[in-house]
Amino acid sequence: MSKPIIATTSLAGCFGCHMSILDIDDRILKLIELVEFNKSPIDDIKTFTKECDIGIIEGGCCNSENVHVLKEFRKHCKILISLGECAIMGGLPAMRNGIPVKECLDEAYLNGPTVGDNTEKIMPNDEELPMILDKVYPCHEIVKIDYYLPGCAPRADLIWAAVVALVTGDTLNIPYELVKFD
Amino acid sequence: MKDRIINIVETYGKDPGRLMDILLKVQAEFGCVSHEAITIIAAALHMSEVDVMQTRSFYHFFTCRPVGKYAVYLNNSVVSMLMGMGDVQDEFEKLSGVKVGEKTADGLISLHHTACIGMNDQEPAALINGVVFTELNRDKVRALVADMKAGKAAQDMVTTYGDGNNANPLMKTMVKNNIRKAGAVVLAEYCMGKGIAKALSMDARGVINEVKESNLRGRGGAGFPTGMKWDFCSREAGDHYVLCNADEGEPGTFKDRVLLTERAGMLFEGMTIGGYAIGAKEGVLYLRNEYTYMKAYLESVLSDMRSKNFLGNNILGKGFNFDIRIQMGAGAYVCGEESALIESSEGKRGEPRNRPPFPVQKGYKNKPTIVNNVETFCSSVRIIENGGAWYGALGTSESAGTKLLSISGDCKLPGVYEIEWGMSIKEMLEMVGAENVQAVQVAGPSGICLPPSQFDRKIALEDLPTGGSMIVIGKNRDLLKDVVLNFMEFFADESCGSCVTCRSFNMILRNSIEKIVSGHGIRKDVEDMAAWSEILRKTTRCGLGQTSSNPISTTIKNFREVYDARVKNVDYQSDFDMQASVMASCEVVGRSSKVHE
Repeated sequence: MSKPIIATTSLAGCFGCHMSILDIDDRILKLIELVEFNKSPIDDIKTFTKECDIGIIEGGCCNSENVHVLKEFRKHCKILISLGECAIMGGLPAMRNGIPVKECLDEAYLNGPTVGDNTEKIMPNDEELPMILDKVYPCHEIVKIDYYLPGCAPRADLIWAAVVALVTGDTLNIPYELVKFD
Repeated sequence: MKDRIINIVETYGKDPGRLMDILLKVQAEFGCVSHEAITIIAAALHMSEVDVMQTRSFYHFFTCRPVGKYAVYLNNSVVSMLMGMGDVQDEFEKLSGVKVGEKTADGLISLHHTACIGMNDQEPAALINGVVFTELNRDKVRALVADMKAGKAAQDMVTTYGDGNNANPLMKTMVKNNIRKAGAVVLAEYCMGKGIAKALSMDARGVINEVKESNLRGRGGAGFPTGMKWDFCSREAGDHYVLCNADEGEPGTFKDRVLLTERAGMLFEGMTIGGYAIGAKEGVLYLRNEYTYMKAYLESVLSDMRSKNFLGNNILGKGFNFDIRIQMGAGAYVCGEESALIESSEGKRGEPRNRPPFPVQKGYKNKPTIVNNVETFCSSVRIIENGGAWYGALGTSESAGTKLLSISGDCKLPGVYEIEWGMSIKEMLEMVGAENVQAVQVAGPSGICLPPSQFDRKIALEDLPTGGSMIVIGKNRDLLKDVVLNFMEFFADESCGSCVTCRSFNMILRNSIEKIVSGHGIRKDVEDMAAWSEILRKTTRCGLGQTSSNPISTTIKNFREVYDARVKNVDYQSDFDMQASVMASCEVVGRSSKVHE
């Protein structure tokens, strides 16, 4: 039987969850024995070339591209995992959710203390750019999510335990220490 | 401003325990409790600003920005909405040009929502500068707004007065009593002073024993045996206090309003008897802010009783001293919970306390305190007058006596009924002239939504307990949208926020119901709601969180078909609308929001 295939992506996240994946350290050698990677920043495959078994999503959706990527993941992956606070709840980027998007853009491009000279009051509006959503959405509000791994970032041991359990079919054993945050 | 506020603080003896009164006065005089006012109050009371601020921010009749010269509070609770508040609000908004939550540019009118104001039998109702206006419609709103524009005082806009003491010169309100049925206890003929005289001729232990023998149980809804409560309290050492809970905030309850209007003397007599029984010298009537219009009248009843020596020093020459003060609330449902009510009476946020210790051990000012409902105190007067055995013979074996019901909603004769415990819902519906009934909401939002198949159940603490709220819901109503969603909005608003589950689950449950009502729900939402309701019930400190999921859990149990008809039988469905969600940002940067998927 061929190895299970994993895809990962970082949407409106800080890549901290991906760093946490790398924190499995030398177990990464065991991981590549267990699974094959497809679309992921880890191997830099930009688009899906195969149907995958597991999709791991870091970050929520703050723009139209995030939504597009997330829907692609849902289309090509049998199982989707929301990894970390931002994917699950919107996280830090969702702090803007109580503020009208116009105020956010004004602050970012016109009025903010780090704006500098923007005398022409330009706001990025190139057709190539993704469109900003009215708020940051958690992934499960856009597509069906099968599993949630909490944390900011989730501990490497938690990610390891969950992925190994999924690909081997073993029972997932999560001691309290792996999911407590304080 | 500074001098005036310091003057107010001095009126209350610079006592931080009277912060509620101070804030109420400041709000009334200045139209808000501004940050500047908070700084002055805090300095004058030697409190930190945040301590003042947290009390201010807790109650919804305190505002940080000035309300309009006319602050219009529209009741958006279920029965008001069923009776046409939608039109009334629309007319107010049209004529004033502002939406609810806003104020006109000239500062004349501000519109606000408020929870049930205790007028369910005469809805739609509103408060304008504390004055009650009932049975509103578009025509009446037009007249009111014209009066406001002409600068008439709110009280002068009242043209007709209600029956009984509602027309008293100190009350002059249009509120009607709607007493439909008087029973043998609280609404029977009453003559002031008999109860006190008899109680003072007995010893305190004898009074407690009489109340114990009657099997009187608390009328607020929880049904704790009153005699036992008084007994526990009397056995504690030190100063004792009597608190009366007149914060009837459970939507659909208005029976205490009628007792306060027509049986104020009886209530104060009951508090005095309670004080005598437990050895207290001081009583506090905690009156909900919505009933401010009664305050002057109630004060006059207190003075009258003092002049007759039913209150004050050496009452009836028996050497017992007792007096009562009125503590106004400021708009918070949770203050109907006894320990929250105590906190509020002490000038703090109305957050329920952890128990034990119970109020009978450490209550008001951390002293042994009994907190009883208005109806409970009134009943105790009759028990002393006529004996515990007489009272115990009324009602059922486990629920002695009579119960006042406030019945409203889709029926011909809404109003107050004093019934003996044990009446069936079916009998009750015949009594009030209700036909084509879809459901009866027993005991308000925190109670049960009862289907017709259970209408033979009995109104009694052992079967269908109630504090008195009964809302009849007709077959033509949308149960989920008109009732359940409204109730969940109420609880999401009224949660004090102290327990995480209560703070978040009420909001989440509200959102889930809204999702189902708007047609986006799936089966799993219903299952999730049932499970979350159970978690909420088990993980909160006070009665609010323990019962706030009842609108959902009891309708899922009793009206599952209503949910099934509205949810899709799919695994997953997203409400996300890309086009709508990019509209705002595209508009700001000036690009087309057309989405190419």
